[in-house]
Amino acid sequence: MFAEYSTSDLLSIFAMQGVAGLILFSVFVLMALGLAIIFGQMGVINMAHGEFMILGAYVTYLTSHVFETYLPSLFSLYFILAMVLAFIAAGALGALVEWGIIRHLYNRPLDTLLATWGLSLILQQTYRSVFGAREVGVTLPDWLMGSVKVSETIELPINGLFVMCLALGISTAVGILMYRSRWGTQVRAVVQNRPMAGAVGINTAKVDRITFALGCGIAGVAGSAFTMIGSTGPTSGQLYIVDTFLVVVFGGATSLLGTIASAFTISQAQSTMEFFMSGSMAKVLTLLFVVFILMLRPQGLFTLKVRR
Amino acid sequence: MSYQGLASLFPKKEISGFLVLAVLLVVVLPLSLDIFRLNLMGKYLTYAFVAIGLVLCWGYGGILSLGQGVFFGLGGYLMAMFLKLEASDPITTKIQSTPGIPDFMDWNQITALPFFWKPFYSFPFTIAAILIIPAIIAYLVGAAMFKRRVGGVYFAIITQAIAAILTILIIGQQGYTGGVNGMTDLRTLLGWDIRSDQAKYILYFVCVGMLFLCLFVAQFVRKSKFGRLLVAMRDKEDRVRFSGYDVSNFKIFVFCLGAVFAAIGGALFTLQVGFMSPTLVGIVPSIEMVIFCAVGGRMSIIGAVYGALLVNWAKSSLSESFPELWLFALGGLFIAVVMAFPNGLAGLYTTYVAPKIKQWLADFKTPKQPKPQLEAIKESAKPAPRPEPKVQTIGNLGASPLTQGVLHE
Repeated sequence: MFAEYSTSDLLSIFAMQGVAGLILFSVFVLMALGLAIIFGQMGVINMAHGEFMILGAYVTYLTSHVFETYLPSLFSLYFILAMVLAFIAAGALGALVEWGIIRHLYNRPLDTLLATWGLSLILQQTYRSVFGAREVGVTLPDWLMGSVKVSETIELPINGLFVMCLALGISTAVGILMYRSRWGTQVRAVVQNRPMAGAVGINTAKVDRITFALGCGIAGVAGSAFTMIGSTGPTSGQLYIVDTFLVVVFGGATSLLGTIASAFTISQAQSTMEFFMSGSMAKVLTLLFVVFILMLRPQGLFTLKVRR
Repeated sequence: MSYQGLASLFPKKEISGFLVLAVLLVVVLPLSLDIFRLNLMGKYLTYAFVAIGLVLCWGYGGILSLGQGVFFGLGGYLMAMFLKLEASDPITTKIQSTPGIPDFMDWNQITALPFFWKPFYSFPFTIAAILIIPAIIAYLVGAAMFKRRVGGVYFAIITQAIAAILTILIIGQQGYTGGVNGMTDLRTLLGWDIRSDQAKYILYFVCVGMLFLCLFVAQFVRKSKFGRLLVAMRDKEDRVRFSGYDVSNFKIFVFCLGAVFAAIGGALFTLQVGFMSPTLVGIVPSIEMVIFCAVGGRMSIIGAVYGALLVNWAKSSLSESFPELWLFALGGLFIAVVMAFPNGLAGLYTTYVAPKIKQWLADFKTPKQPKPQLEAIKESAKPAPRPEPKVQTIGNLGASPLTQGVLHE
């Protein structure tokens, strides 16, 4: 398998595939963080998570158009604003959905799954009616284009590096928010024991709504980051949902660190295998591997020890 | 089975449901629809098999599988492999570079029939495979999950991942499976042309027959001790376990049963529609199968049949005339069925329609019945949940002079 490559070639291949894997890893982390909050912390299965990401992507697309038409001088900065807007839009929709659907179903997780799947269908069709069935792409500002040359054979794309930094920044922020802030303590208290958290004076309904909205908002930012890598269509969200859930479950749903570790494992496995076989077989093997591990260790890689 | 056994299997209250369904499927639909529409109905009925299996798994056992499309697809593909081999005999495929193998293999530069295709020359083997292979896979998945007490949401997500895996595999390995187009151009079953109108009629009735067979098996499961244990497990799993039952084996069994039902449905789908493709296997169709079951009523096997028929009929008629509305309607249906009527059509029927029918029947029967039975019927009609005052008055007005007449006689 390796015979036809020289040592230095092999090294470059692994380095390039490794970086490709790191970019895929950042994408997985961005996708999974929002879900790790919603599913891992709240126990809500949000099948419409992909559609929240796509909302972020479409918001970015709209912002880029507005800047192109009205503010061409500030075009290089639009991406920052787009990400903020994507966060707000997806978060607001998330709060609305929590109020309308999710809060009635906290004790029926399987029904939440069906209801949010219905929501995802409605959102998909809305996108299709508003933006058309064709995939759309955005024009990147100049500073995100091109690549950095590290050595003769190794080149790193700048947008990939940007996504990596973004993933790092957002996961740090979420980590601090969850484990170092007062609000994070409240969220974890509500998750572990809802009635008891209510009894000590936490407004559980409010915590739930903000948590859900935050998870959706992060999904929106993830979607916004996706526009740098690929184009967006109405059904793009559905492609990600299985991967995202597997990442969260594989990591051990209640652990943010676990989510990051599992995103790393899955992305590296997939991108390394992709070099040696067809993409679909790499995907199948990765998924099979994850399912197999989950059958051996259903609680995932990292677990939170809680006395029930 | 003794008469006593049959009577306990089909209590009076439920037998009318079976009879109405039988009349509808065997008499009303074939007489009122042309062969094209009837064939469509037969296609929808194949989804009902999956929905019945889901009623047992999800409604009774509390196990939501989002991967029933895997078993439906397996049944369909296994049947399609047999039909495809029959359709690609050396004479009809002589223009290929390798005659005698399915056309898609020839397009993908495969020159010999792969080993796992060879047994599918045999019809008995195919039938056995349709029943056994899905059961084995369901057993492996179920055993791995339930023995470790994984259930609920995790089970749903993992079955969904399996559905995704199978779809990617089928699309990726197009030399062996026909890829994204699936297996098309299936013509004959043991030399019998399945595309003629007459064959479609016969296949429709075969499908209805198999459906009732599955309904009876499901009814037997519901009425047996096993059915009651399933409900007990769904509601308080630990208590059943502490009572000394092996909970995981029950769950594995019901999951396997659902898988076999789905596989039978898939095989009948291939026979009636004449092709099989990965679009019927993946995540989206699998979750749509759950909605058939939810719309019909997750606790009602008969409701599941109506659910499959209605949702699919709505799908084809809506997407014919308003393709954009269909996804809105389906999405709304998902939300409505969960939030507003979690027991589906069957639930609506028992709360709103059944009491009215009962009252109407009681009013209808009143003049002819002798006194003691009349009292009994009136008694049974009384505790109907929340009778509307208007109906009540009309009923009373209508009934009282007549009752007096009976009393006079």
